[in-house]
Amino acid sequence: MSQDVTIFITDRNGVKHEVLAPTDMNMNIMELIRSYELAEEGTVGVCGGMAMCASCQCYILNDVISLERNPDEEAMLWEAYHVKDNSRLGCQIPITVDLEGLEIEIAPEQ
Amino acid sequence: MIQTDILIIGAGPTGLFAVFEAGLLQLKCHIIDALPQPGGQLAELYPKKPIFDIPGYPSVLAGDLVTNLMEQIKQFQPGFTLGETAETIQKLEDGTFIVTTNEGTKHQAKAIAIAGGLGTFEPRKPILKDIEFYEKEDRGVDYFVKDPEKYRGKNIVIAGGGDSALDWSIFLSNVANSVTLVHRRNEFRGALDSVEKVQELKNAGKIKLVTPAEVVGFNGSERITAVDIEVNGARMKVECDYFIPLFGLTPKLGPIANWGLEIEKNAIKVNNALDYQTNIDGIYAIGDVNIYPGKLKLILCGFHEATLMCQSVYNRINPGKRYVLKYTTVSGVDGFDGTRKEAEKAVVKSID
Repeated sequence: MSQDVTIFITDRNGVKHEVLAPTDMNMNIMELIRSYELAEEGTVGVCGGMAMCASCQCYILNDVISLERNPDEEAMLWEAYHVKDNSRLGCQIPITVDLEGLEIEIAPEQ
Repeated sequence: MIQTDILIIGAGPTGLFAVFEAGLLQLKCHIIDALPQPGGQLAELYPKKPIFDIPGYPSVLAGDLVTNLMEQIKQFQPGFTLGETAETIQKLEDGTFIVTTNEGTKHQAKAIAIAGGLGTFEPRKPILKDIEFYEKEDRGVDYFVKDPEKYRGKNIVIAGGGDSALDWSIFLSNVANSVTLVHRRNEFRGALDSVEKVQELKNAGKIKLVTPAEVVGFNGSERITAVDIEVNGARMKVECDYFIPLFGLTPKLGPIANWGLEIEKNAIKVNNALDYQTNIDGIYAIGDVNIYPGKLKLILCGFHEATLMCQSVYNRINPGKRYVLKYTTVSGVDGFDGTRKEAEKAVVKSID
């Protein structure tokens, strides 16, 4: 059995959750948020994960992962609201063993 | 008043395929959609991206799937009310419904199928002073290109950096007097051929490109006469008749949320054990817009739900009337336009 990682997610109401994420299901952070229903269905991952809506924007709170964005993500975040230096799109962050201990906050609705 | 058997709300793949299944049962359909073209998300969000889980298609571009569905249903002559949002619903004593759009178009139907997907696509609007004033009554701000002819000979400013900004700049450069494309960055994000085409048109002087820049204000007392654009901290004024910001769309369940339907997790609850009917008799919900235990938001599930919904509507409209499921291979497809599709007859002939 492959390893799960622990990720800390603060939801849009400011509540912090500690969740276990599988690393072998080709999932990303947006899908993790949806699978634990940490944001109202229909308000996160609207475009399905194509970096086309920014509804899964997150703020990265520690240095477990890089803040470097891929070109699609960068382009989308240029047009989104509530963007900060530590903004990333959850759908563009695949869940791997390197994510152990990651802390994020879900950005407000677009 | 538009009269039909099934009024479908939403022209995405599920809504379009419902027309086919209804047609096989001699039921007529009319479709309302808030977007100016059929196809829903597929046409609006990702027309040039492939889908890999449509049975029988190892890969199909979303835009091609829409084109194919339109071809598949054309003999059943669906009516369309495009660019309008279904706003109110009224149930009459005879069991029929009247649905009125935001523009006042009335539709009377024997059953309603809500195939609304993620909801009504509403434009993401730039935060600009007085934009609410200029977006009304043809004062110059448009969020959709509904009728390109409106822009013939006019001066247009388009803002945005994605496919729709690129594609409409290309299209309108042949129609308008001038097209200025404003984007916050130098990089555009779209299909390669669109980006290349805009580069070509820019080089030929047919599109004026202003980047990295942003529209920051409006001029004109009764309607727009010019927009203010900020480029690298400096301001410039560009005269124009229309400003079209294309910053993408966000889906909202919209007025349907007030129809008295049972809603859960931003979706409409239906009876999946039977026919995908909602808590209101005669109103069905199919495709991504509905929810039931085990629901999966897949196009192929929407097709299935559409098929069962049509059978249920048939029984509702024709109580007690006998019918058995037919296979199109056996019975062919008789269009309302008089056309007939059928399998070629086998030959009965001796071989010497």
